[in-house]
Amino acid sequence: MSSTSNLNRRQLLRAALRGSLGGAAVSVGLPYLEIFLTGNGDAVAATGAPLPRRFGTWFWGCGMNPKRWNPTEEGRGFELPPELAPIAGVRDQVSVLSGFNVVLDGETNLVHRTGVIGTLCGGAPPSKTENQGPTLDILISDAIGDATRFRSLEMAATGVPSDTYSRRSEDAKNPSETTPLALYLRVFGPGFMDPNALGAEGAPAFVPDPKTVLRKSVLSLVAEDRKRIESLLGARDRARLDEYFTSLRQLEHQLELQLSAPPPLEACERPPEPDALAVSRDVAHVKANHAAMAEVLALALACDQTRVFNMVFSEGASQLHMPGSSDTHHTLTHEEARDEGLGYQVEATKFVQHSMEAWAEFVQTLASVPEGEGTLLDHCAVLAHSETSDANSHSVTGLPMMVAGRAGGRLAPGTHVFGAGDPTTRLGLTLQQAMGLPVAKWGLTANETDRPISELLA
Amino acid sequence: MPSSMRQALSGLGIVLTLAAGGGCSSPERPEAQGGELVMRRLTEAQYRQAILDVFADDLEIAGRFEPDNRREGLLSVGSAWVTVTPSGFEQYEAMGRSIAGQVVSEANRSRFVPCVPGDVSLPDSNCAEAMLRSVGPRLLRRPLEDADIRPRLAAAAAATQRTGDFYAGLELIVTSLLVAPDFLFRLEAAVSDPMDSDRLTLDDLTMASRLSYLLWNAGPDRELLDAAIRGDLTSEETLARQVDRMIDSPRLEQGVRAFFDDVFRFDAFSVLSKDPIRYPKFSNALVQDAREQTLQVVVDHLVDDRGDYRDLFTTPHSVMTRTLGAVYAVPVSAEKGWQDYEFSAADARVGLLSHASFNLLNAHPGRSSATLRGVFMREALLCQTVPPAPADVDFGLFNQDDNPAYRTARERLAVHASDATCRNCHRLTDPIGLGLEVFDGIGGYRTTENGAPIDTSGELDGDAFVDHRALGRVFRNSPLVGPCLVENLYRYAVGREPVYSERRLLRHLEESFTESGFRLDALLRNIALSEGFRTATRSEKAALDEGRQAARAEKEGAA
Repeated sequence: MSSTSNLNRRQLLRAALRGSLGGAAVSVGLPYLEIFLTGNGDAVAATGAPLPRRFGTWFWGCGMNPKRWNPTEEGRGFELPPELAPIAGVRDQVSVLSGFNVVLDGETNLVHRTGVIGTLCGGAPPSKTENQGPTLDILISDAIGDATRFRSLEMAATGVPSDTYSRRSEDAKNPSETTPLALYLRVFGPGFMDPNALGAEGAPAFVPDPKTVLRKSVLSLVAEDRKRIESLLGARDRARLDEYFTSLRQLEHQLELQLSAPPPLEACERPPEPDALAVSRDVAHVKANHAAMAEVLALALACDQTRVFNMVFSEGASQLHMPGSSDTHHTLTHEEARDEGLGYQVEATKFVQHSMEAWAEFVQTLASVPEGEGTLLDHCAVLAHSETSDANSHSVTGLPMMVAGRAGGRLAPGTHVFGAGDPTTRLGLTLQQAMGLPVAKWGLTANETDRPISELLA
Repeated sequence: MPSSMRQALSGLGIVLTLAAGGGCSSPERPEAQGGELVMRRLTEAQYRQAILDVFADDLEIAGRFEPDNRREGLLSVGSAWVTVTPSGFEQYEAMGRSIAGQVVSEANRSRFVPCVPGDVSLPDSNCAEAMLRSVGPRLLRRPLEDADIRPRLAAAAAATQRTGDFYAGLELIVTSLLVAPDFLFRLEAAVSDPMDSDRLTLDDLTMASRLSYLLWNAGPDRELLDAAIRGDLTSEETLARQVDRMIDSPRLEQGVRAFFDDVFRFDAFSVLSKDPIRYPKFSNALVQDAREQTLQVVVDHLVDDRGDYRDLFTTPHSVMTRTLGAVYAVPVSAEKGWQDYEFSAADARVGLLSHASFNLLNAHPGRSSATLRGVFMREALLCQTVPPAPADVDFGLFNQDDNPAYRTARERLAVHASDATCRNCHRLTDPIGLGLEVFDGIGGYRTTENGAPIDTSGELDGDAFVDHRALGRVFRNSPLVGPCLVENLYRYAVGREPVYSERRLLRHLEESFTESGFRLDALLRNIALSEGFRTATRSEKAALDEGRQAARAEKEGAA
């Protein structure tokens, strides 16, 4: 096992960079990404195993003001418009997409829903209960989620567990963790095995927790009963039971992983246990909650506990509010008068600013974890999006979207792409392909596309 | 109320119903055939109740339950659709292990384990089986089958051999029950009519669960399970005996609470937040007390007093805590706990609609909302549909909250009534919602907004009311109030929308509800005994599926 190597992993990397490892085809001077790409484009960790690629979504509610958010120039080096000013510090890590639509194709625009479901599920839903899944993150976790302890992690900074857009269907929504502490306990509480504890000198040999074996046998017992129960059910309920057993298998898999020593991960570090924070829709609380959850998430990713995540900063029809105000972000977008001189809703727009600040902080948090010779963010693709562009009119044209990270070398962030009315599914397709899914086209009816957005690719 | 009196009243109710039934005006109970069988996931309350019923109330149940999903206005309908997600299963497993660990712990095992093993370090199949038989049937809501027992005993013995601890095996058995799909989901079964294979009659065990969840929001007790095993729940006479026993039980209160908690959408309290600057009196205690106050008044009126459901909207009776007293601005002498409180004619309040609960929930974090309140009344209490706002509304017409020209919500909402696009839906919601505008975003009473007096007059479907007190009376007299309760309770009972063949049954239930004086116990009884509740239709999908399976089996057989 590679963990028995006596070479410090960082030393190994440095040696590789100097070209002093026999047989390693390296040429000094190239950016690390090109050095450490394997045949299929994955960056390689010191152990020789490829560094994992991760996918995430980051949602904020009630959109933006198109004239103040959309960049005017395409390509790299575009001038940041006022509402994107908060991302200045991470602009090289983020691509901005404007002018992409959810094509309604005859369906009603279900307010605050069609925009988000359309982008994540590939088309405008015909009703509140149909075509509500699977979402993009589920498609991707179905492909890569089995490698890790958690198929995916969901978080809502709003403190509401049902604020989630990760769903296999309307009736299988992955609930969100709502506090940094709950997230911490789930990932780093009992069941967490520090991948670096074993490699340490003088560390005892790995012994699996005997309880894990007993837990597995409970699940086997239940799984063996499947046929009998299935025989009692109609088709619809059998499909629901199938989801139950898929979830059971996921836990079996989690336990399976705990029976063997995890490979070392240089970037992994157990975070300190977070403090309890006030949870409310007060925007300051939401931002603090969000920032603390992002810290825990970043290390959960670095420790390879999951490769898929979904963060809801604020829900569609955002109920975030400012202390002392009678309004919420959502009510302001409808009821506040536009400032005649400025041409936009001043109070509502403050929430756009807060949202973009939080997004920049999220990206920065992922970028602050060193991994390989780059950062954690380099091995992520994070889709940030909202359910509407101009929230006042519930518009689903020109939806604001951004992608952060390099997806392990497949994406080249830092550009602005104007979609000219193309469906948002082009981005969904691009991201699935960047995550290694063998998908040639994606989307429903008029939203179907076979054209990834090549401008985003490395 | 003493239970003897309760029984006497209940008896009277039956006599009255029978007497009315003898007249030619009263309809016979119509034939009906229920819709498809449903598979409902236990709610958090039902899960907790099961642990309490089967074990004890001092076990800690630590974990996050998967959020329920409201469909057609009810969580109980949504429960027939939701599944178990990976993170939800993770939580069920963690909770199950924690509960099982507590059950077999040294401190507790003498309470919960009906036997002592011969040697604590060795497997003891007799004792393990005794434990399984003692808790299994109540958790799974059915007698155990061989397939439930043998694999569990084998796994428990293996666990004991591995750990040298008999109780590790027992813990495994209990955990396996608590994560089993037939514990977490209520499975239903039915037998088909020999004459008509599409017509199904629920089997006795399914009836037992339907009854106990409808009436008690809990799994069947031993007596009901025994009755089911005897086959008592398919014949009308013996079924009626069980229904009457359950309606007379003190546990009826729990069932009634669960139903109204669902109809009133009180689950939203768990994520409610308000602006602390505008509403410094808002607190977790207020949230808990407001929810409890309304449920307590409902139970007092409908269960203890067996009163007319409609009178809930005009009853002066209430209960208070100090926390509520501060919001209601009424004196509360009890330092802790609850005390009765009767609203007088001088009080601004009367009936449920004036409760803090509804006004807290149906509002924004920083202000009241006449529209949200109107939507709630129309949808939850009158069973009407309010269409969602169209996407392309010109909100430029809307009068903003902080515009000094518009001081009250009525002035600000005037655009809803003047613009044709808005008017179609807002004429349903705003005139009644504005009737509650004297109650602010947490239910506190006020007479002015921004210095202007608040006018709470309006009309409900043509019946005018002069103010918020009169709104309660007009609401009580709406011909939609009673039928809506019938519809909600029926959907709650069967976990789905009524099907076409149940329409006559629903009308019959509405009529007999009216004849009973709008008494909930009479309605519960009529639903529990109705054919719609006791029968089912084979799903088309199931039939197709079976056909396909048969074809596949044939093909495979041929191959």
